[in-house]
Order: sequence, then structure tokens, then C-alpha cells
Amino acid sequence: MTEQAGFPLPSQIADVPGAENWRSMYQYFTRFQPEDDQRFWFYNSMHFPEPMPAFDTITGEIPYQAIGANTARLFVFPTTLGIEHRIVNGRIYITANPVLDPAEIERRAAEFGPRAGYYFENWDSLYEGWKDRLRALITEVESIEVPSLPEWEPADVVFGAVGVAQNHYLQENFHRVLALYSKMWHHHTEMLMLGYGAYVVFFQFCQQAFPEISDQTVARMVAGIDVIMYRPDDELRALAKLAVELGVDDLFTEGCDASAVLAALGGRGTAGAAWLAALEAARDPWFHVSSGDGFYHHHLSWNDDLTVPFTALPGYVAAIGAGTLTSRPTELLISERERIASGYRELLPTADEQAAFDQMLGLCRLVFPFVEDHKFYCEHWFTTRFFQKVKEFGALLARFGVIGSADDVFHLHHTEIDQALADLSLAWAAGSPPLGGGHFPPIIAERKRMLKVLEDWSPPPALGPVPEALNDPAVRMLWGITSERIAAWLNPDPDEVVGVAASAGVVEGIARVLHDVSEISSLREGEILVVPVTAPSWAPVFAKIAAAVSDIGGAMSHAAIVAREYGMPAVVGCGDATKRIRTGDRVRVDGDRGTVRVL
Amino acid sequence: MTLADARDPALVGGKGASLGELARAGIAVPPGFVVAVDGFAAAMAAVDASGALRAQLEALGALGAGDPPLLARACAALRARIIEAPLPSPVADAITASYAALGEPDAPADVAVRSSATLEDSAAASFAGLQDTYLGVTGAPAVLEHVRRCWASLYNEESVAYRRRLGLPERALAMAVVVQRLVAPRAAGVMFTRSPVTGDRSVVAIEGVWGLGSALVSGDVTPDSFIVSKITGEITTRRISPKLKTHTHRPNARVAPPHSPSAHGPGVSVEDTPFNLRDAPCLTDDEIRALAAIARQVEAHYGAPQDIEWALLDADGSPAAPSAPSAPSAPRIVLLQSRPETVWAAKDPAPAGAPKPRPADHVLSLFGKPL
Repeated sequence: MTEQAGFPLPSQIADVPGAENWRSMYQYFTRFQPEDDQRFWFYNSMHFPEPMPAFDTITGEIPYQAIGANTARLFVFPTTLGIEHRIVNGRIYITANPVLDPAEIERRAAEFGPRAGYYFENWDSLYEGWKDRLRALITEVESIEVPSLPEWEPADVVFGAVGVAQNHYLQENFHRVLALYSKMWHHHTEMLMLGYGAYVVFFQFCQQAFPEISDQTVARMVAGIDVIMYRPDDELRALAKLAVELGVDDLFTEGCDASAVLAALGGRGTAGAAWLAALEAARDPWFHVSSGDGFYHHHLSWNDDLTVPFTALPGYVAAIGAGTLTSRPTELLISERERIASGYRELLPTADEQAAFDQMLGLCRLVFPFVEDHKFYCEHWFTTRFFQKVKEFGALLARFGVIGSADDVFHLHHTEIDQALADLSLAWAAGSPPLGGGHFPPIIAERKRMLKVLEDWSPPPALGPVPEALNDPAVRMLWGITSERIAAWLNPDPDEVVGVAASAGVVEGIARVLHDVSEISSLREGEILVVPVTAPSWAPVFAKIAAAVSDIGGAMSHAAIVAREYGMPAVVGCGDATKRIRTGDRVRVDGDRGTVRVL
Repeated sequence: MTLADARDPALVGGKGASLGELARAGIAVPPGFVVAVDGFAAAMAAVDASGALRAQLEALGALGAGDPPLLARACAALRARIIEAPLPSPVADAITASYAALGEPDAPADVAVRSSATLEDSAAASFAGLQDTYLGVTGAPAVLEHVRRCWASLYNEESVAYRRRLGLPERALAMAVVVQRLVAPRAAGVMFTRSPVTGDRSVVAIEGVWGLGSALVSGDVTPDSFIVSKITGEITTRRISPKLKTHTHRPNARVAPPHSPSAHGPGVSVEDTPFNLRDAPCLTDDEIRALAAIARQVEAHYGAPQDIEWALLDADGSPAAPSAPSAPSAPRIVLLQSRPETVWAAKDPAPAGAPKPRPADHVLSLFGKPL
């Protein structure tokens, strides 16, 4: 494991010129250590395709302490402990800590069996309880008040003998926000690792029985039809229909502005009021859908920014007028899924194999609703509320001149925000301005500048010596890192972007690279969408495009599933497609091989 | 008799029976007819009524007593008699009428005249291919002549020597002849109803080239290859190869049997593929799926994985040369042959898995495995 085979060592990575000071953005425990040169690390481009703003490193720090606790300490996975992460030049590299000693594996397996078995045996009821706990966490994080720090406390604080002034709650409530985020991530991983395990065994079985089967075909046998990811788009279609029925559809025109439409609806009497009421009902919770996957503060929800739904609505209204708005053919999708599953089942030569197939497929379908829908509760709903709550603290700090604007708070690590809040607390109590106003703004300006510089760095896909074999199912399952993938990293083709073949077919066309869902109005009919990640909030664009390419995701990701339903090619999990492909490039998307070639 | 009536291999030969079975299963094969073994018997009755000539061959070719030059002369003499002797008129009339039905009065059909030996596809499989096939035969007199040539080819030296090695009696020998309208395909090739590489039964593996399939079978051209899922219809693999050469028919020529190593004999002309077609896929996605559907139909009919030869014709059925892949007319697929897949059938793959007491045990054992 000491011989270097192609990838640079962590210690050999030079600072990006102009951003030599990047370490000042990140915590000491995220730095590569000299002994880290002995281990294999890979760039987690799937979750962290952009350089990390200081606050956003919490989306590494918190998930990794939750995932590791789950696998290493809670369920005692036999062959794997947790995941370590390091930051270099703003990018997050990770490595898994394997358990190699057979005696130790056996000792852990004895604990793992009953613990994991309990969750599988009680999956549905545990999942019901899980949803309740997540909703409670969301309610709690939304209810946390950011102190307003008025000139004087309201009188009832005195007459009610509360005795504690608001500045106390600056840090307490900020800590509660962070604590709830951590709890959410513990619940996120609570059932997910086991759920992925069910997928992996079924994928492996199918690949053994049908060596030519594609991941996407296995995924189609598993996929649920009635999952939350379709709900936001369904709501939009229903709102479009309602607008037509109520006769307010004339307001929804190409390029319309959300706030202008809302204001106009206010002047449309009962019809306008009825539509606005329906919108309000749909917004909570279905508009809590994120435009990203929840790993960056700029992944906003529809509720945070109504641009996406109001870009899609005119199209749906027009489609109703033209009689072309179709709803998802759920019956057909279900019968198709069953046809595929029974088709493969019948090809299995023995009754034993058919019985094993039934068990594994059954297990996948048992875990599917959780694996699919947890993202809505965790990465979308909770996380977008979480970032908005942190932004409220940012707004407070901006009001007192500690930082320039609310969004600047995301350029401070949470421990620095804690310092700023301590400063603000002291200043408000003392009746003096906080000192942070002379401290943080230049730091934030420098960090913004460095992030811009770091954006242009191309991180090596991996660092350190290549392991002899990479067979850990957990690593394969979570990261899709296989020996073949590493080989491809070592011999890259400059014109070919390689990802996961997610939806079959080959298409050539003009690429449209979008970094944010707010840009979707620039998309032209028949273009090939290239994005960091798609989420249910992107659903409306699939009616327009010829193929989808994403930096993030696997065969079960949103883009993959929706593309298959639309019957268009998709390649997902490319890592750096949005960097290597430019808008206007002519590209060939090969959804069979999982490649995108710039022509 | 028509191909659809060709059933008994003892009467119509292996090739005839196989094509007949495909036709009866509703699979398109090039239209044609079979001159059954009784036609051969009638002809031999005219040429060698007493059987003396054939008895002579048996004696000359007997193991250990062989006299090669003498045997060769006797063979040549018999072949000459068969080729020269006019067919008994009931046989000639039947062939002439059947042939006429394949074409138009003013445009007689181009046909292939193929030997269909009764020993073919049996234990003596390698016997197949020792007899002749003629491509590009036109006009009733030419057809009659080439039917006789097929019969005569039973008495080429290799065939006789082969039969003598196996000790097969000459008197019991019979041969049918298949006459089929000539196929001048835009593209042709083979397909397997399971992956030849992995044995996967959930896919159809298709290989194809421009023009005649002989370019593929002979190894002259690396074919395009496609893998299609039987269940979803998805084309999961496409490998487009540079197809530098194209094989086409040359009229009125003797062709080496398609499976012999020297597949492009005098009946096939080998030309450079037009530049714009070399790297173009020889099949469209719709054609690939149509082929896969036929493959499934044939497999279901036989109840076992099949190894199939196919040809893709443009709608008029007779383009002189391969046309562009986007040819406007709807293509037609015909099968030239189907036989059981034998390589994977002989293997016994390890089962992919077995049921466990609880479904979750599958996951527990996955994560319990050491690295």
C-alpha cells in the first residue's frame, strides 16, 4: 500500500496561486497530515463539486460524524469503521477506514447481525416513527427565534420574572440550530446505510445472474412510482389547471415575474384569492424542495425563491390550452416495472434463484420509500430551513455591522459565527458597537476572492497510493468507487466525461450548462442539460430537454429516474461535467455507456 | 415442395427442414422451394439405374483398398453424367413451375441453389459444407443445371472420401436442393439469443456488416456489435467498427460454403466500403430491436437459445449495393438459418444465489464479508 501508482500524494498538492491562504477558511482538523500520504483518498465531487465556503464545510463535518457513528459505533458494520475527510484548496477528499483483521470482523459481525436485523424486521414501523421525528426536528428548527436585540427588552420579561435577556439566546439558539442539524444527520444515516445495503445485494445478484444487465434496469425493477420526488411537480401541474379553471391563466406568461403575478392575483377577486390559497397549501411542505442536494447554502428551495415554479407554470398553462399536458402514467409505469421484474425472474434457471431474487427485490422495495423520500425530509426540507435560519443570524449580524450582508455569514465557520455572536452579545449589553465590524469584513472579502480563484482549480480525482483491491461494498455502494473507475481516472480521455449510465439511449445536441435552477429560463427546446445536480425542483425542465448530464448522482438519483420515465438518455455522477462542458458545445450523450463526448 | 411444406429432414435435408420450420413459425425466410430427395432418386435412377456406378465408388473408396487416382476418375465421370443428363420431365416440370412462381414472367428471379444434404446438422455436422451452393442463378435452364450440379457435388472426392471414412452406404445416400430467391442484403450478420461472451440469457447479441454476412463469418470485417435487453428492449452495448470491406454477390458463380474458412470464394465480390458508410452503424435502433424481437420469437419457438443468420433487405428486396443507413424504404428482415446455441448450453454456471432464512440475511452477509 506504500507504492505510489499515478496519483499525487496529499503532501504534493501545491497551493493554488492567488489562494495560498485557503487554510484560513478551514478548521485544523480538516488538514492533511504527513501520515495521510500513506492512504488512498478520493475527491468527493459527488457531494462537493465546488470549493467550500467556510460555513458550508458543516455539510462535511456534520454528515461524516453522523455516518461514521452509524457504521462504526451504532450498527457495528463488520468491515468498515467511518469516513475521514480532509480539505485541500477548498475541496473535500475522503477515505474510508476499513476493518481488515478477520478476528475483528467476526467480533463486529456478531454485534452487527442482530442490530441490523432489528431494523430490517421492523422497517415500516421504524420508518413511520422516523418521519415523525424528522417533522418534529423541522418544526423545532423553524421555531427557533433569532433574537432581535431591541433597545429594551419587552416589559413582560420583567413582569413575568423571566430574568434572562435576549442576548443570552444569541449563542444558545445558534447552538440549537447546529445541534438540530447534527441530529437530523444522525437520523439521515440511521436507516440509509442499511437501505443502500439492500440495493447493493440485489444489484450484485442481478449482475451475477445477468452479466449484461445495466444498473438502470435493476433500478427500474426497484423504483417506487408513488414517491415524494414527483409531488412538487404534480402540485405545479395542479396549480396550472386551477389557474385555467379560475380564469386567471392569462397572468402566467413566458418570462412572468413571481412577485408581479402574485400582486396581480391579489386584484382578481375571489378567483385570485382561491388560487393564492391553493398556492399557500401547496407551498407547505411541497415547495420546500431544494434546487440542489443540500450541501451548499446557495441550494435554495422553491419557497426561498419562487423563480423555478413561476418559470414552469406558464409552460404548463400553455400545455393545458393546447391539450398536451399529460400526467404521469402511473398505472403504466407500475405494470412496466412488474413486467421487467417478472421477465428477469422467469429467466432465472432454478427455483432457488427465483426465491433469492424475490427476497432481495422484496427487501429493496421495502427500503425504497425511505431511501428515496428521506432526501425530501433531510436534504430538502430540513436543510433549506436550516440554511435560512443561519441566514437570519447573518441578517442580525449585518444589521449590527459585523458583516456586510446576511449571506456573508456563510463565509464564516460556525465557530467564527459563535465568536461574532459573543462579540455582539457583549456589545449590545455594553451599549457599544460590536468590534467584529472591523474584524470580519476584510476576512470575508478575502475568502470570497479566494473561492473565485479556487473554482478554476481542477482537483485530482484521487490522492495517494492506489489500494490493491477495492472491494469494500460500503465504498462501492456509497461512492461508486471501483477499481475500474480508478483506472479510468488514471487514464483520462480529455474529450470524454465519464459517469454513471443512468438512462439508455444516445443523443447528440447542444449543451446548456446551468449551475443553478434559477437559470432555467435560458434553456432552449431540445438542448442537453448539464447541471451539478438535479432535484425534484428541476422536474419541469425534463419536458424540454433531449438528455440530462449531472455532476452528482447514481442510477437511483433523481435525474436518472426522471430521465428513464421520459425515455431520454442520462449520464449522472460525472463529477466535473459542468466544468468540462461549456454551453454551446456539441456533445454526444451515451446513456448506455455512461459517457459524454465533446464533439 | 414449398419451403413452408418442408418438414422431414429425411426428405428435404437439414437446411430445407430448418428453413421450413422457420417459415411455419411465421418467420420470414427468402421465398423458395425444395427439390426433395425423390427428385434426386429419380435423377439417379436415370443416370445409374442399376446402382453399379455407385457400387464402384464404394469399392474404390473402401478403407485400405483405396486407389485415389482411380476414385477421382470415377467420381468425375459420375458427376459429368449427372450434370449432363436431362432431368426426368416430371421433376424438371415441377422445378420449372416452382421457379417461375418466384419471379415475374418478364423478370425471372435471381436465386440461390443450395445443397441440403440429409446428413447435414446431424452427428456428421462437418459433412455440411462439402456440397455446393450457387448464388445468382437466373432462368429455368440455369436453375435446372445447378440443381444437377448440387446433386453432382455429392460425388466430389472430399465427400466420397468422407463417407467412406465413416462407412456410410452410397445407395442410401440422398440429397435435397433448396432454391431460394437470392438475398442481396443491405446488411447481414448473426445473432445469438444469449450473450456469447457471458452466457447472459436476458440479452440478444447481434453482429452485423454491410452487404453479405460472409464478410463477418469469414473474419474479413470486424462487425458492428450490439447487445439488446430482451426484457426492456434497451440497447445496452453498441460497438461500431470500421467496416472497410463489403461482400456482395457475383452472379452465376460457385460459392464456397458459408462456414468454410475460405468463405469469400468466387461467388462473392469483395469491395471497399464507401467511405461514408465505413464508420456508420449498419443497423438503426429500430432495426436492432426488430431483429431482437425475431430472435426472441425463434428462441421461443425452439425452446432453447439459438444461433441465427439474418439479412436485412430494403423494401424492394434487391438493392445492388448497400445504401445509406437512412434509406427511405422500410427494411425487411429475413432469416437464413437458425440452429441451437451449443457453447453455453454445455456449461453449467454457478447459481447466482440461494434463498436465506430471512431476506435481511443477504445484506448481513454482504457486509460481513472481509475485504
